[in-house]
Amino acid sequence: MIALELAYWQETVIRVGLAAIVVPTGAAIAVYLFLFKLISFMQSRLGPMEAGPHGTMQLLAEVSKWLQKEDIIPDNADKRLFKLPPFIILGSTFLMFVVIPAGPTAIVSDLATGVFYVLAVSSVSVIGVLIAAWASANKYALMGGIRAAGQLIAYELPMVLAVVGVVIQAGTLNLQQIIFAQSTGEVFGWGGIGNPFVLTQFVGFLIFMVAVQAELSQTPFDMPVAESEVVGGWMVEYSGVRFLVFFLSEFAAAVGFSAIAATLFLGGWSLPTAWFNGWEGSGRFWMHFIGPVILLTKTMALTGVIFWVRFSMPRFREDQLQKMAWKFLIPLSLVNIAVTAILKVVM
Amino acid sequence: MTAITDRQKLAYIAAQAADARVNVELETEGMTLNIGPQHPATHGTLRIIARLDGEQVISADPVMGYMHRGYEKLTEVRTYPQVTTLVNRIDWLGSFANEVPFILAAEQLMDIEAPPRAQWIRTLLFELSRIANIVLFLGDMAVQLGALTPVFFAFRDREHVLNQIESVTGGRFHPNFDRIGGLKDDLPKGWIAETKLAMEKIRNFCDEIESLVMGSEIFEARTRGIGVIPPDVGLQYGLSGANIRASGVDWDLRRDAKVGMVYDELAGKVWTHPDGDSFARFWVRMQETREATKMVEQLCDGLPSGPIMAKVPRIIKVPAGEAYVATENPLGEMGYYIVSKGDLVPFRVKIRSASFNNVSIAPWLLRGVYVPDIITILASLYFILGDIDR
Amino acid sequence: MPAPKPKVPGFLKGLGVTARTAKETMFPDGMLRNPIPSPTKGAATVQYPHEKEAPAPRARGVITLQEDNCTSCMLCVRECPDWCIYIEAHKTLAPPRREGGKPRSVNTLERFDIDYALCMYCGICVEVCPFEALYWSPEYEYSEVRIADLLHDKERLGQWFETVPDNEPYEPGAEVKKKPVSRKENK
Repeated sequence: MIALELAYWQETVIRVGLAAIVVPTGAAIAVYLFLFKLISFMQSRLGPMEAGPHGTMQLLAEVSKWLQKEDIIPDNADKRLFKLPPFIILGSTFLMFVVIPAGPTAIVSDLATGVFYVLAVSSVSVIGVLIAAWASANKYALMGGIRAAGQLIAYELPMVLAVVGVVIQAGTLNLQQIIFAQSTGEVFGWGGIGNPFVLTQFVGFLIFMVAVQAELSQTPFDMPVAESEVVGGWMVEYSGVRFLVFFLSEFAAAVGFSAIAATLFLGGWSLPTAWFNGWEGSGRFWMHFIGPVILLTKTMALTGVIFWVRFSMPRFREDQLQKMAWKFLIPLSLVNIAVTAILKVVM
Repeated sequence: MTAITDRQKLAYIAAQAADARVNVELETEGMTLNIGPQHPATHGTLRIIARLDGEQVISADPVMGYMHRGYEKLTEVRTYPQVTTLVNRIDWLGSFANEVPFILAAEQLMDIEAPPRAQWIRTLLFELSRIANIVLFLGDMAVQLGALTPVFFAFRDREHVLNQIESVTGGRFHPNFDRIGGLKDDLPKGWIAETKLAMEKIRNFCDEIESLVMGSEIFEARTRGIGVIPPDVGLQYGLSGANIRASGVDWDLRRDAKVGMVYDELAGKVWTHPDGDSFARFWVRMQETREATKMVEQLCDGLPSGPIMAKVPRIIKVPAGEAYVATENPLGEMGYYIVSKGDLVPFRVKIRSASFNNVSIAPWLLRGVYVPDIITILASLYFILGDIDR
Repeated sequence: MPAPKPKVPGFLKGLGVTARTAKETMFPDGMLRNPIPSPTKGAATVQYPHEKEAPAPRARGVITLQEDNCTSCMLCVRECPDWCIYIEAHKTLAPPRREGGKPRSVNTLERFDIDYALCMYCGICVEVCPFEALYWSPEYEYSEVRIADLLHDKERLGQWFETVPDNEPYEPGAEVKKKPVSRKENK
């Protein structure tokens, strides 16, 4: 295609640069579409309409507003620890995008253990949350942080276990290979729509989406930042740029998790091979351009579902949350793994 | 300097010992959390000092008074029409309902009865205020529990009722429409038809809330069994309105008290629920809204013709005496006790507001619950700070 | 007690309600025909200041003064719960009505201010005025940047008079007579 011989470091810089642009852009699109517009339509109103046509520039206005705010650190707060969490959370969110493929070669780093890496690195943000809660020197923040600790760690397990079923079915931890397996696979001998794992792993898919909702602290699992109780929870003392970082990384994480779900269950950037005659020749070439668009569509659809549920449901109490995770989701996902393994061997 | 009796000293020591016992029995340190006075969940400036053990409440004390505006003192230096204006602002969501018991008490002292048409329209506006108030409750309790959308639906559909109140009285929130002897003005043309349309929309709203909030399993898990008030405890604390009806007590001043409104000519059911938990309070208020829409339609249909104001002197001087009138306001039982010395201004007005008693059960009710349940319980008790503090 | 397992109907019905509302707001003309045709067609909100809702004719927006009718009897000043009306007047002698009569003393209004920063919009002054000098108008767009500008003087109060709507007819069954608004030409 582009006949350039780039050194490894040049290639890496370009890939990382593109990812660094894509992540905030994806988060911004998600914020505009869902937080501004979708919630407004669901509430019989129109949302921002003034800044730009139909309010498209609203996020730019909000970002500029936050950037010019005063940097407030509470007196009793531990200064260095207070400043640390935005970096941790932002870092862990960005690192999640390293292995998400957007095309046949559009990936920052094609790790052989992609699935393992992405789930592990997304859990690092829990540490950021806990540091933020403790360093804020605020009882509400502390309560939010303790709730977050319990919830985020509890819902890691169903998330990971739900993905194990996909891994068993694909036979690999590499995300590109999983996508190829879905695109070239067949369901009961018919390759018409490939083999998106959502068909066979629908239980796993549902568990994954529920666990993702909890990992993102979205209603109905938003106890850590329950607005009507702890007024912002662990984020309550953060304002200005620091809050902007939390806000954007929350949406970037939503986009990231949806992208992972799209990759693992819906086929990622690929279309079923039957639709364009296989991976030889022009199919592969055009996939370089269409792939990102397809991934974006699937990701935004799943992000839309996440936010649709967020705006419609009341929230669970944290002991009900915990019961749901430990007594319902984890046993269910273990059963899912067992059934998948048995069927994989048998069929 | 009053002498401290032995009994008081003993009580003080006992309280200290109880506190110390609590601190010794539990190994974790209790945390004192101040919920309010600035907080999204308290309906105004209510402060709750909660002593917590982790997420469980050991004790919770409400501290009221952050919004005290001195109503009862103000009424000592305001004439009766001026008091009517001020009194709109006590329970600011059920606006017209605040004026009615005051006017009825003054009419009782002056021995004047409003003409039938005025009484019917008075009852109509009273029920419209009830709908406006409770519709907001239905959305508000959902938002306290985390659902962002129902409160917008509540505001959207409440607009229809407020528009109707505005067409008649000129003010959406503070109508200032009731006068001793009747009402200020009559209904404009086309109002009855529009009001019936508005009632249709309110019923649609109730159905929407039923699917969106009441039917949601999460809502049921959050509210069933939370904040159970046994009927005798509720009566001892002076709860009124939907709070006590949700505990199974069949008490409704619209049916029981004989005041100057036309409830005995309407067919209306009094809804009770045996459980007494937060879900029951929500459910009872939902049914009451639907019942109120039916009552409004009955009132619209049966409106008699006639004058709107009785023969009342220009300068209102209420003869000496005392009168107490209580009505079934949206929040509960609201009553005015007027003491008059025959002047232009009342000598003393005591305002019995529903929310003051409704919130006084909080320390008893909030022992041993989790922090999220505090919010659920307070939301289901439904008080307005203006009503508590006056 | 096992966790609250979401039974399919209740959980999804709520999602259906919000989806339906979103669809009604986005496509008020039916599915996919015309997304968001005009800003306010589907939504329940009004895009102020591009579109404005007309308030009810009886809406209490602003009080206007018909200066010719005012005799500075001070009733409105006394009855206002907030004491936000300020009147200053002096007496002059007007010529007698017929030959050989006594000159009449007439009140001339110097100052009639209403302080809208204090006004509670209760309407007691309008109701109590025996000479129909004060009227309600539904105009509401008079916000100011400085609080002092909220003190409307005689001229400004008189200018609102054009916006006073005629009294509406009543519902059938009312025995109240519809009073016309006395509109005299300002001299």
